[in-house]
Amino acid sequence: MTLSPSPTAAATASGHPASNALDIRGVGKRYARAQGGVLQVLQGIDLHIEPGQFVSIVGSSGCGKSTLLRLVLGLDSDYEGRILLGGHEIRGPGPERGIVFQDHRLFPWLTVEQNIAVGLRNAAFSQKQKSALVAEHVALVGLNGFEKSWPHQISGGMAQRVAIARGLVNRPRVLLLDEPFGALDALTRSRLQNELQRIWQKEGITMLLVTHDVDEAVFLGDRVVVMEPSPGRIRRIVDVDLPHPRHRSAPAFIRLRDDVLSDFIEAAAAP
Amino acid sequence: MSTAPDASARDIAELAAAQPLAPREEGRWRGLVLPLAAVAVWWLLASLDLVNSALLVSPLRVLQTAFEQIAGGQLQRALAASLARELAGFAIGTVGGLLLGAFLGLSPIFERVVGPSFNTFKQISLFAWIPLISVWFGLGDVAKVVFLSLAALVPVVVNTCDGIRSVPASLLEVGQAYGYTRRQTLLEVVLPSALPAIFTGVYLALIYSWLATIGAEYLLVSGMGIGNTLIEGSEHFRMDLVVFGMLVIGLVGWLMNACARALERRIARRLGRI
Repeated sequence: MTLSPSPTAAATASGHPASNALDIRGVGKRYARAQGGVLQVLQGIDLHIEPGQFVSIVGSSGCGKSTLLRLVLGLDSDYEGRILLGGHEIRGPGPERGIVFQDHRLFPWLTVEQNIAVGLRNAAFSQKQKSALVAEHVALVGLNGFEKSWPHQISGGMAQRVAIARGLVNRPRVLLLDEPFGALDALTRSRLQNELQRIWQKEGITMLLVTHDVDEAVFLGDRVVVMEPSPGRIRRIVDVDLPHPRHRSAPAFIRLRDDVLSDFIEAAAAP
Repeated sequence: MSTAPDASARDIAELAAAQPLAPREEGRWRGLVLPLAAVAVWWLLASLDLVNSALLVSPLRVLQTAFEQIAGGQLQRALAASLARELAGFAIGTVGGLLLGAFLGLSPIFERVVGPSFNTFKQISLFAWIPLISVWFGLGDVAKVVFLSLAALVPVVVNTCDGIRSVPASLLEVGQAYGYTRRQTLLEVVLPSALPAIFTGVYLALIYSWLATIGAEYLLVSGMGIGNTLIEGSEHFRMDLVVFGMLVIGLVGWLMNACARALERRIARRLGRI
């Protein structure tokens, strides 16, 4: 696959070693079905992601996009093909990959700051460094004043901010986002999309976002990977050559979004 | 670039709405209306001599008996003996229950081997064990404590096992994603998640073992205890003693319940559940 020119290409060349690229090569995944036979969830996925890039994977439910993310996270090692980060094969979860799940998945028995510190549980920092990192990330997601709150006391949008901070606090090379805003109301969702864009620009780390929201995929991604189901595979990859921060009402944005949307309309029209 | 905006006013409003309100004070005394009315009716019936006074003693007589029992030290001795038994049985049953429940909840192999037997075992009514226990351990304190331990064991096992098994898979995955070791997962994810259920089990064990204490003293008649006070009262046809014993048993149970509830609230607050 060819690398598209992106706004982060310059940052990539100067800041990150090229070895931090995420390489997904010929990845397939199948499940044994309960009633016999196998279900091919993913087939022949090839994706190369340069450091610092924001890649959105969009597809209807059942196209295997979340499964792909689980494989990259390392929660499931039973698949075909190879997944490499910085040239090393991924074996199980690791501190260089952070994750934000759809449901915030905060521990209800920990406060906001304790939940963020979960991301540093096994990091080789002193207690002091850990507190400093947590405080820094509380500020990054705009939750100053809520450090001691319990998860049940804060709103869904705030809980998802905590989850983002938890995913980022260990300074991962790649942040994986599995439909992170899917469970939020429209207003909160678009606010958090703006937030995420700001955080990505500030931190400059690779982000891989899985979503079923085309608008979100185009708004955030340098590239949008469109997937289709049965078996889950890549339909096409759309480069989004729009400068950040983006505006949802810009004609170029709307054109690109409609272009990606047309994939789904065609897919729905096909038998 | 722009700085991080603070959480919006809407978020803060939501937070304020989510804060628990102070419990209403005026409702607390309503629970006393019924018992006070019952005492009033009791007193009225007794003083009007409508029923045989041997069957229904007057509240005054019960009060008198209470003073005698306390002044003579009988109550203190009986209560101390009963509570010592109850606490010993509760402690043994709870520790055993925690271990058994933890193994059942954590080890699928152990569950497959022991689970079906335990589920059969817990169907046997507690009092059906009395004949066997009295043959094996006699009628003394050992037999009673064994019986109480059984009473405490079952709820602890059931709730501990359920609590551990119902730890959400999604939270276990969080631990996995952040490289938690087995020990960390057990102590920092499974345990806090299961703790409310485990506490419910221990709380039930406390209540059950107190109920069983009276049962044990009643059925394994020997020695001293508040249950024996009841038996003594009924054998000598002293209704005042019987009623007094019942009141003491109820009061102790109520106190245990209140203490456990208070502790439960503290734990829940510590775990961020309230």
